[in-house]
Amino acid sequence: MKNILYITLLICSFTFAQQTPGAKQTKVITILGATAHIGNGSLIENSILIFENGKLTVVADATSTTTPSKGTVINANGKHIYPGFIAPNSTLGLVEIDAVRASNDNRELGTFNPHIRSIIAYNTESKVTESMRPNGVLQAQITPRGGRISGSSSIVQFDAWNWEDAVIKEDDGIHINWPRTFNSSGWWAAPGPTTPNKKYTEQVTELNNFFTNARYNNSKTTHLVFDSMKSVFNKTKKVFIHVNDEKQIIDAINFAVEQQINLVVIGAYDAYKTIPLLKKHNIPVILKRVHSTPDNDDDDYDLPYRLANILTTAGILVGLDTSGNMERMNTRNLPFYAGTCVAFGLDKEKAVQLISLNTAKILGIDHFTGSLEVGKDATLFISEGDALDMRTNKLTHAFIQGRPISLETHQTELYKRYTEKYNNDSKTVKKSHKKSQPIQ
Amino acid sequence: MNNFKFSIVLFFIINLTFSQEYHPKTNGVKTPKHTTIAFINATIHINPSQVLEGATLLIKNNKIVSVGVDLKVPNNTQTIDLSGKSIYPSFIDLYSNFGLDKPKAIPHQKSPQYDANRKGYYWNDHIRPETNSFNSFKYDNKKAKELLKVGFGIVNTHVQDAIISGTGTLVVLDQNGNTATQVLEEKSAQYFSFDKSKLSKQSYPSSIMGSMALIRQVHHDANWYKKGNIETTDLALEAFIANKNRLQIFKAGNWLNDLRIDKLGDEFGVNYIIVGGGDEYQRIKNIKQTNTTYILPLNFPKAYDVENPFQASKISLKDMKHWNLAPTNPSVFTANEIPFTLTTHQLKSVSDFKTNLQKAIKYGLNKEAALAALTTVPAKLLGKSDKIGSLKKGAYANFMITSGDIFDSKTTLYEHWIMGHKNSFENMSIKEINGDYDLAINGKTYKLNISGKANKLKSKLKKDTIKLTSKLTFKEQWLTIHFAEKDTKEYTRLIAKITKGKTTITGKAVLTDGSETSFTATYLTPKDKKEDKKKEDKNTTPTLVKVSYPNMAYGFKTVPKQESFLFKNVTVWTNEKEGILKNVDVLIKNGKIEKIGKNIVAKKATLIDGTGKHLTSGIIDEHSHIATSSVNEGGQNSSAEVTIEDVVKSNDINIYRNLAGGVTTIQILHGSANPIGGRSALVKLKWGETPDKMLIPNAPKYIKFALGENVKQSNWNSRSRFPQTRMGVEQVYIDYFTRAKAYDTKKKSGVPYRKDDELETIAEILNKERFITCHSYVQSEINMLMKVAEKFNFNINTFTHILEGYKVADKMKKHGVGGSTFSDWWAYKYEVNDAIPYNGAIMHNQGITVAFNSDDSEMSRRLNQEAAKAVKYGDLSEEDAWKFVTLNPAKLLHLDDKIGSIKVGKDADVVLWNTNPLSVYAKAEKTLIEGVVYFDLARDLKLRTEIKKERNELINLMLDHKNNGGKTQAPKKEEKPHMHCDFVGDYQ
Repeated sequence: MKNILYITLLICSFTFAQQTPGAKQTKVITILGATAHIGNGSLIENSILIFENGKLTVVADATSTTTPSKGTVINANGKHIYPGFIAPNSTLGLVEIDAVRASNDNRELGTFNPHIRSIIAYNTESKVTESMRPNGVLQAQITPRGGRISGSSSIVQFDAWNWEDAVIKEDDGIHINWPRTFNSSGWWAAPGPTTPNKKYTEQVTELNNFFTNARYNNSKTTHLVFDSMKSVFNKTKKVFIHVNDEKQIIDAINFAVEQQINLVVIGAYDAYKTIPLLKKHNIPVILKRVHSTPDNDDDDYDLPYRLANILTTAGILVGLDTSGNMERMNTRNLPFYAGTCVAFGLDKEKAVQLISLNTAKILGIDHFTGSLEVGKDATLFISEGDALDMRTNKLTHAFIQGRPISLETHQTELYKRYTEKYNNDSKTVKKSHKKSQPIQ
Repeated sequence: MNNFKFSIVLFFIINLTFSQEYHPKTNGVKTPKHTTIAFINATIHINPSQVLEGATLLIKNNKIVSVGVDLKVPNNTQTIDLSGKSIYPSFIDLYSNFGLDKPKAIPHQKSPQYDANRKGYYWNDHIRPETNSFNSFKYDNKKAKELLKVGFGIVNTHVQDAIISGTGTLVVLDQNGNTATQVLEEKSAQYFSFDKSKLSKQSYPSSIMGSMALIRQVHHDANWYKKGNIETTDLALEAFIANKNRLQIFKAGNWLNDLRIDKLGDEFGVNYIIVGGGDEYQRIKNIKQTNTTYILPLNFPKAYDVENPFQASKISLKDMKHWNLAPTNPSVFTANEIPFTLTTHQLKSVSDFKTNLQKAIKYGLNKEAALAALTTVPAKLLGKSDKIGSLKKGAYANFMITSGDIFDSKTTLYEHWIMGHKNSFENMSIKEINGDYDLAINGKTYKLNISGKANKLKSKLKKDTIKLTSKLTFKEQWLTIHFAEKDTKEYTRLIAKITKGKTTITGKAVLTDGSETSFTATYLTPKDKKEDKKKEDKNTTPTLVKVSYPNMAYGFKTVPKQESFLFKNVTVWTNEKEGILKNVDVLIKNGKIEKIGKNIVAKKATLIDGTGKHLTSGIIDEHSHIATSSVNEGGQNSSAEVTIEDVVKSNDINIYRNLAGGVTTIQILHGSANPIGGRSALVKLKWGETPDKMLIPNAPKYIKFALGENVKQSNWNSRSRFPQTRMGVEQVYIDYFTRAKAYDTKKKSGVPYRKDDELETIAEILNKERFITCHSYVQSEINMLMKVAEKFNFNINTFTHILEGYKVADKMKKHGVGGSTFSDWWAYKYEVNDAIPYNGAIMHNQGITVAFNSDDSEMSRRLNQEAAKAVKYGDLSEEDAWKFVTLNPAKLLHLDDKIGSIKVGKDADVVLWNTNPLSVYAKAEKTLIEGVVYFDLARDLKLRTEIKKERNELINLMLDHKNNGGKTQAPKKEEKPHMHCDFVGDYQ
């Protein structure tokens, strides 16, 4: 009874906190009894989690531990806890509505733009970003698009007043769109056949030259573009190369080895054909959106669903990408992408790991987030059931760095408003049938 | 009028260039010219089935006087001895643009053009039946020579432009003639295509279905015009009416279009001669049913260069198979007794015709059929069998003289006679000296080999086994050779006059020191010729892969058949009042659900163990754009006259992928480019069948309407089409409904009326014979359309997308409309700013029939997951959520008496899932439609291996082809548009 009261209290306080970022955690919170999905592949069925000052202090098995509950206790019996999921390679906050050009800030002019920084355009008030939270996606790598080098990404959490508050790792890496081996023809509605890109070698050389020129630039005056590459060469910034086909991946890896850079491969539809090379150089992969159609007619219908399992089984560090058509609003389906991988062979906890600790490792933020481990940020959520399944992904609580966050959105507001409208209407009119009526 | 023009043109040409017997002669005395020539001792191919040996062909002027064995040659006749040579009738090409310039495309225009350029003609610039190719015909000597050289003496040429291109002209390639004698018929045929005219940028039609609708309307209008009901003169319709009894030739381009055109022709009693695409072998049984004659191009695809495995991986099995099988196309026609002719159309170079024809023969085309296809078949179509296509008495003297079998690559074409005029390509008196010789000069012996074509002979000279440099020329019956001994630059020269081929040659030799002597080259009769030939045959028999249905990856070897199945001990989602039944049996028989219950016994049915598994009815997608060649006809703000049923595409891989996601029925909707879109196609995903078999028979009729940003072209560059606002959209509807009502009233009153397919369709809506499914987003427009419908006394059946349906759910309920929405899409354009994933649940709770649809080939293959989102967003029960993608769309499509639930008597469209179908972990294991297994996980796994194997086999064949000097093309990958509502254009 007491627990229910706590929950009710918490929910009430959250309801009013919609959009408004939570205050810094001051009171200790304990979550008791939930199945904890740690994010590193392991699971605690009956767990106790305690976090103070935004950090996890206890993550243990409640059946064996003697650690007492502290502070506000949330009884989460029968529920599930997960680390806040992370969406890499995202344009959330850079674009609000695809078709409204004025709301688009994701693509700058130019070919080599490593100096372009996504973070300063990141809109913390985006209604789309807000809608990630009720599904458990709480952090993302905000990434610019376009050009050969699109610019620098930064990693944010989704509970902030402004971009400075939001950022959890600034300028974490640059993004390269690797030259295409095949070129398309026609236009989007009537595409012609794609044929080999005759300029491929030239374009790769151009990229190589850019790197060499940047590396050996010894001009005393400021060079915005080359200066922004310094952190690439001293490996504090990662290099995310967006590639898909086999040859591209091989060439990108050789490029990274030669240029001695810290490579992450994104997209990587053909990565399953280059496993030995990826393993040899210890290259992590952020896989193309699971909910995709196969690239080729002849491919296995379920290849996009199976890729994560194939690579994980081979011992490669894998995360999941959400980019593509309508990528921002679709990012809230990230947990279901992981779920689909399970349907096609991957172990459930490993699927959780794809979108939590693995991605954190790939992005270089695993020392403070990405899993439910002591010392890490209390960025986590409680779901009524299995969060990878649409039916049971129902969040009751979510915390970012220990702050309880609202699970309300523009969408839930409208839901409530109109449900209420019909409830009020039906008080006067006789209640309509629940069962659907055949139409005329 | 045209005939009048024709005579004037003739008059001048005749006057200027030719003089006939009745013309005065002012520069000398009259010299009447009558030439009679006899070609004797020839092998004469009178027609494909009649060959005379040692026969005589007698011609006088431009005609054949007689042909036969033991003919008496009249006195004073020039006689040409053709011993060992053959005579063939000239070939005829029915699809040519000989002597006509390609119309120059007018430059790109910034904004779309909706009206026609022309006045006094049909309202659409792409309908040009009045184009008379004769008017722009100009004899092209160079091209004529190329054609004559590969065997063509007669071509039916036309301006290859526009949907109704106008008439073609039958031309004989007689460069000694003039327009009067060259033109055998001014208007010989009327031509059609799906390509718009390059001479106009008029937007309509923008799709194949639009072209088909337009042709239908032209037929209606021509009938109306003919009856004198149109007061103004329409030159295009007049021409169309005048062309009615001519040969009608329609360029299709692929087998799907072949079938579409045949269907179109049947509607108006027209038997179109179809210009095929060369892929008819893939569906030959259906092609045969079209019961028409085909004009086949011989543009066989080049092999792909597959040396680079990365690049090779992009080529689809479909393209590789087509490379392998395309050359069999003509022979498959013969085997199925489908009449056809051959054309040079689509060949890069006319000379490719010969090599490709030889290839077709190598791939099984019988020579008699080949000759018929090039002579008697087209002659008959043109109604000119007495004049062309065979060497009978009275026919034109159009024939070829060859060294032998015309279809043999080693055969030489000496002369091509046209209208009694000789065109010489090779000197007939040239002796054949190819072969091996023992060469003896001054006590030394050499091995000499002469090979190659008559005027390009080559020599190979060996002393013992050492190869020597040598050069040979053979000109005007003199053979000269010079060669040097190894490692020297001193030449021995030989010269001899050749009087007889293939025998010992003797002549003069000039030795290295300048002294002269004689030489003898003894001809060696080839040994073991038979064995060699056998070997050659063996080497050249092509390796062919098997056609599958469809002819691509995951196709069936044979079209699958209906079977009986008994699912044992399975969890059944009935979608009926029984709810979810656990551990029951379901019997499927004759394509229907026969029995549901415990312990069912059915000896003849195949048992499927359903323990731990779930059986549901197949998923129904109310809003799909897969399996179609076009989506939008956006050339006008209403396109009610077009129908997706015309353009169903049965070889879209998305059909297979949808089956793998448990989808069995879809509504293929027109897009959302205009307020009144086109009619839908309701199909079942019968992979392996043809489009007509996929269409649900007697399905309820639907039409797509659309509201919002797309129809007002908010996200387009152009702003010239009405409407540009939601305000205008309402007026478009009121206007069309008002006109349709007037139309219908007139029609029903029994007075004659002009048949208008567009208004006819809209009148069906008013008469409640056709349902509207309307693409919709915001509440204002949703409300508006319901009010417009109510004003015209009918109901909107379905709002699709309906993202703000939750705001007007009460009004929708009152109106009686259903909602087919997305589970969670939003924020991609301004009008979906207020779209919420709870939409489905709210509408459902208000008593509306709600479905979740895809509008997307990716989402459609996991609609089970989308249904599950109704549990997350809005707390629907699992049973109700499942109905969102099964029973509810069936209701919205008025097909719920046949599909949508597992109920005795309904169609056996069922899916076996490994677990609860709403679970993210669910996977379809078997998908059946009407008792036929169209997807089976086990078969799929087997196919993966087979596809790899077949790809590999074909790649090896291509490598082999390249290594043997065959031509290749760069690898390419067919790109498919991701079809949405917004899609414009065609996808072949």
